[in-house]
Amino acid sequence: MDDTGTRALSAEDTWSVAGRTFSSRLIVGTGKYKDYATNAAAAEAAGAEIVTVAIRRVNLSDPSQPMLVDHVKPDRFTFLPNTAGCFTGEDAVRTLRLAREAGGWNLVKLEVLSNTKHLLPDMEETLRALKLLISDGFDVMVYCSDDPVYALKLEEAGAAAIMPLGAPIGSGRGIQNMLNLGLIIEQSKVPVLVDAGVGTASDAAVAMELGCDAVLMNTAIAEARDPILMASAMRHAVIAGREAFLAGRMPKRMYADPSSPLAGLI
Amino acid sequence: MNLTINGEPRAFEPLPHLAALVAALGLDPRKVAVERNLEIVPRSAYEQTPVADGDRIEIVHFIGGG
Repeated sequence: MDDTGTRALSAEDTWSVAGRTFSSRLIVGTGKYKDYATNAAAAEAAGAEIVTVAIRRVNLSDPSQPMLVDHVKPDRFTFLPNTAGCFTGEDAVRTLRLAREAGGWNLVKLEVLSNTKHLLPDMEETLRALKLLISDGFDVMVYCSDDPVYALKLEEAGAAAIMPLGAPIGSGRGIQNMLNLGLIIEQSKVPVLVDAGVGTASDAAVAMELGCDAVLMNTAIAEARDPILMASAMRHAVIAGREAFLAGRMPKRMYADPSSPLAGLI
Repeated sequence: MNLTINGEPRAFEPLPHLAALVAALGLDPRKVAVERNLEIVPRSAYEQTPVADGDRIEIVHFIGGG
């Protein structure tokens, strides 16, 4: 408590991954925006310190087209290169080696997907790719299913962070399995981030109330009617969820419990 | 000299090194990463890396993603 009797989230409420410490618990993607300027404004409104980015071939027919790094600047945000679109461990390793050369970063997001309909992770291939990347010197944050058994295997293999989905990528359906996420959070000694499935602010708050370290989202902001306002909403939701988790919620009861005393009624 | 760049066949006059290729394509070398025949070429080595007929070159950069 400070002098005014309020307790705000202190500046010390940080989280760390692979030796890097962050204050913001909201990581935002950079896909699906109508332009990079909106993207940059949304990342600022979200208060994000980390943004995910993808690696793709340059457009040789128009080398003057806008480039991400000219708007979402790597000196302002920590870039977290992903392996989106990779379906094998070898694809993922090749992509992230190129990302390391393009930007010099070792901290990466691994995602190895199974099929394009539901984009759910192929966990067997994800675990194999994780081992390849770790032996190549990467610090790997791993997108994964909400399976506590596989989450533990990833951690034991050396994952820098466990990032279970709340729901399929881009589905906006919110947290589908709070029980499993709770088990993953309870067992993990590395940071746990809910990655994918958040649709609106309350979903982000639920994720944080479960006790995860941070939330990663893209479509929920990029596809909102007003992405910058939604980015702000998500920032507040993540802070609210975090404070609620730290505060410790009241127990759920079967029956009512009056807030006004029953004694002394006239 | 015929190269395959990002999967597309392209014809060039002989080039002294990879740095010349990147420049000929109008790209800023600080914003891309290059693979030559599946081997990543460090940016510092572009001027020491030859470009030969039949090479398969991949040039990538960061774009938006989730």
